[in-house]
Amino acid sequence: MRTLEQTTQEVLDLAASHFHVPAGSLAPGDDFFKKLGIDSLQTLEMLSRLENHFGIELPDYEVQGVSDFKTLAERIQSRL
Amino acid sequence: MLDLSKYQSIGEALKDALDQFANEVCLIEADREREKERLTYREFKARAHPLAKALQDAGFTADDRASIIMTNQPKWLISAYAIFFAGGTLVPLDYKLTPEEQWQLLRHSGASVLITEYPIWRQLSTSAARAAATKLQTVLITEAPPNADLAGARRWEEFRGEGEPLFVPRGRKDTACVVYSSGTGGRPKGCMMTHENYLEQCVALISIFPFWPGVRYLSILPTNHAIDFMVGFFGPFTCGAAVVQLRTLRPEFVREAFPKYKITYVSLVPLVLKNLQKGLQARFDALSPGKRKVFNALVAINKAFTKSRPRPGISRRLLKQVHQAFGGELRTIFVGGAFTEPQTLQFFYDLGIPVANGYGLTEAGTAITVNDLKPFRADTVGKPLPGMEVRILNPAPDGVGEVSVRSKTVMSAYLNEPELTAETIVDGWLMTGDLGRFDETGHLQLSGRKKNMIVTEEGKNIYPEDIETAFESLPVKEFCVFAANYIWPKRSMVGERLVLVLHLEQGQLLSDQLRHDINARNNRLLNYKRIHGIVLLDEDFPRTASLKIKRNALAERVAHRDNATAVLPL
Repeated sequence: MRTLEQTTQEVLDLAASHFHVPAGSLAPGDDFFKKLGIDSLQTLEMLSRLENHFGIELPDYEVQGVSDFKTLAERIQSRL
Repeated sequence: MLDLSKYQSIGEALKDALDQFANEVCLIEADREREKERLTYREFKARAHPLAKALQDAGFTADDRASIIMTNQPKWLISAYAIFFAGGTLVPLDYKLTPEEQWQLLRHSGASVLITEYPIWRQLSTSAARAAATKLQTVLITEAPPNADLAGARRWEEFRGEGEPLFVPRGRKDTACVVYSSGTGGRPKGCMMTHENYLEQCVALISIFPFWPGVRYLSILPTNHAIDFMVGFFGPFTCGAAVVQLRTLRPEFVREAFPKYKITYVSLVPLVLKNLQKGLQARFDALSPGKRKVFNALVAINKAFTKSRPRPGISRRLLKQVHQAFGGELRTIFVGGAFTEPQTLQFFYDLGIPVANGYGLTEAGTAITVNDLKPFRADTVGKPLPGMEVRILNPAPDGVGEVSVRSKTVMSAYLNEPELTAETIVDGWLMTGDLGRFDETGHLQLSGRKKNMIVTEEGKNIYPEDIETAFESLPVKEFCVFAANYIWPKRSMVGERLVLVLHLEQGQLLSDQLRHDINARNNRLLNYKRIHGIVLLDEDFPRTASLKIKRNALAERVAHRDNATAVLPL
C-alpha cells in the first residue's frame, strides 16, 4: 500500500510527463491549471492517465473543484 | 412533433408526449463505456408519476419552487417533469458551483424542495451556508449508499406516492423556471422564464433542426444550461426522440459515444469543439504523405459540393472514415454558450460536419440567432430565429451597435430585481449588452461587448462584481475587478480576461506578500473565474454619493493607461 507521500510523488511525476514539463518542476501545492496552463478538458485527460496508472476509477464528481496536486493525490489515495 | 401552439405549459406538452410516444426510447444513460439504463417514454412516466404524487402529498403545489442540482442523468429529467406536472416552478442550478454559491441561490430562489445527488449533498449539508436557505423544507438525494448519513435529506428512490398524481395546469404567462444567468457573488440574476418562452423557442428551433423518433441527441452540456434544457430535454421529448446522457465528460468516452449510440445531434461549448478539432488534426497530421494527399483532395471535393448547403450523403461517402468516427449519423453539432472562432467552424464544415453556431443568452430563452447553413458562414452567428425581432441600437458608421431583441422567448423579469429588470428590458426590448452588426444578407456579426463581463470558452458567464467578494478586506486602499475588454474595448469575443484594479495605500508597494495574498484568494475561486492580471492606479476611485464605485468612470480612467504595459502578471 502506497503512502500519501508516494501517491503524491507519482501524481507529480505523471503530470510532468503527460504535459512535457521537467520532472521535479511541480510541487504538491501547485495549482495545476495555473502552473501547467491547462484547461478543464486537459485536466480530465490527465485524470484518465492517473486512473490507468493507479488502477482505480475516479468519478468526475470526486475531482470537482480540485485544482492542486495535493488534494488530487488525497482523492486518489482514498480509493486505493 | 406535437403541435406546441395548442399547449399552455411545458408540463401539459410533456404529459401528452409521454403518451403519444410511449413505446419509443427517450433516455439512455451511460457511464464511461457502460450503459446503465434505457427508458421508454412509458417507463419514464412510470418513474415520474410516483414522485409527482409524493411531492403533492408533501404539500408541493402550484408556483412552489423546486431546485435541481444534479449532473446529467435520467433522474434530472424525471424530477423536472414531476415538478412541472405538479404545477411547480423549476430552479435548475449549476452543479459545478461551490456549496456556498448554491446555498446563496437556493435562498434567493425561495425553493422549498431541493433534489440533488448524494456526493453533492455531502458537500452542501456540511457547508456553514446551509442555514441561509430557510424556506427549504424537503431535500431528496439520489444514489445514496445504504448506510449513508442523509443529514436530514430523504432518498429520492424511496420518495414515492401511492396512486395517480393530479395534473396541475399552468398558463403560458406563468413562470416555468427561474434560471440564474449569474450573480453568485453579487446581485443574483434569476431569469424568470415563462412556459410561453420555452414553447415558442422550441417551435422556432425545431423548424430548422427537426427531431423525430429515432433521432439521438448526446447530452454533454449541463442540463441546467438553457441550451441542454431545450435541445437535450424539451425539444427531443416533444418529438419522440431519444437523449443519451453521459455521466462523464472524459474526452475519450465522449468520442466513443458518437459511434456507439449513432448520435444525430450534439451541443458543445467551443472548448470541447476545439478539443475535438485538435484530436482530428493530430490524426490527419499522422497520415503518410500519400494518404494525406488523397485526404486533402477528398476534402477539396467535399468543399466544392457543400458550397451552398450541407450534403451529408455525399460528405459521408467522400470522407467515410471521419464520419464513421462520429457514428455516421451525425447531422449537426450545435455550438453555443460562448463565441466560437470561425476557423474551428470552417474546419468541421470542410469535413462535411456542419456546426450550427448561434448566439443567445438565458434572458432571451436560449438562442436568438442560429446559422441555418444555407449557405454556411463561419464569420457570423447566423440569422434571427423565426419570431425574433433583432435590432441594432445607436449604430456607429460601420453599423456596429448594441444588439437588442424582442420576442415571445424573452424572460418576464429578473426575480426580485425590478430595477435591474427595468434596465435590461426597455419598452419590451431586451438589451443584450453585446455589440454587433447585420451584414447585407441579414447575418449577425458580433464584435465585442458593451457590458462589463466575460464569457469563457466553456460557456460560463463571469461578471466581475460576482468575484469581488473573494478580494474583500484585501489590505489595499481600494480595488475593483473589470473585464479587460470593458476597459480597453477590442472587436473580439475570444480570449477575454479579468483584471484587478488596485489603488494602494500611500507609500504601499505591490510587495511579494501582497501578491501572495492576491494569488491565494484568486486560487480559491473556480479556475474559470480567476483574474488574469493586476492594474495599479494611483488615484482615488470615483464614487457615488452612497460611496459605490462608479465603474464606468473608473474604467475610463484606467483606459488612459496603455493596455500592453498596464496589466501586470500575477
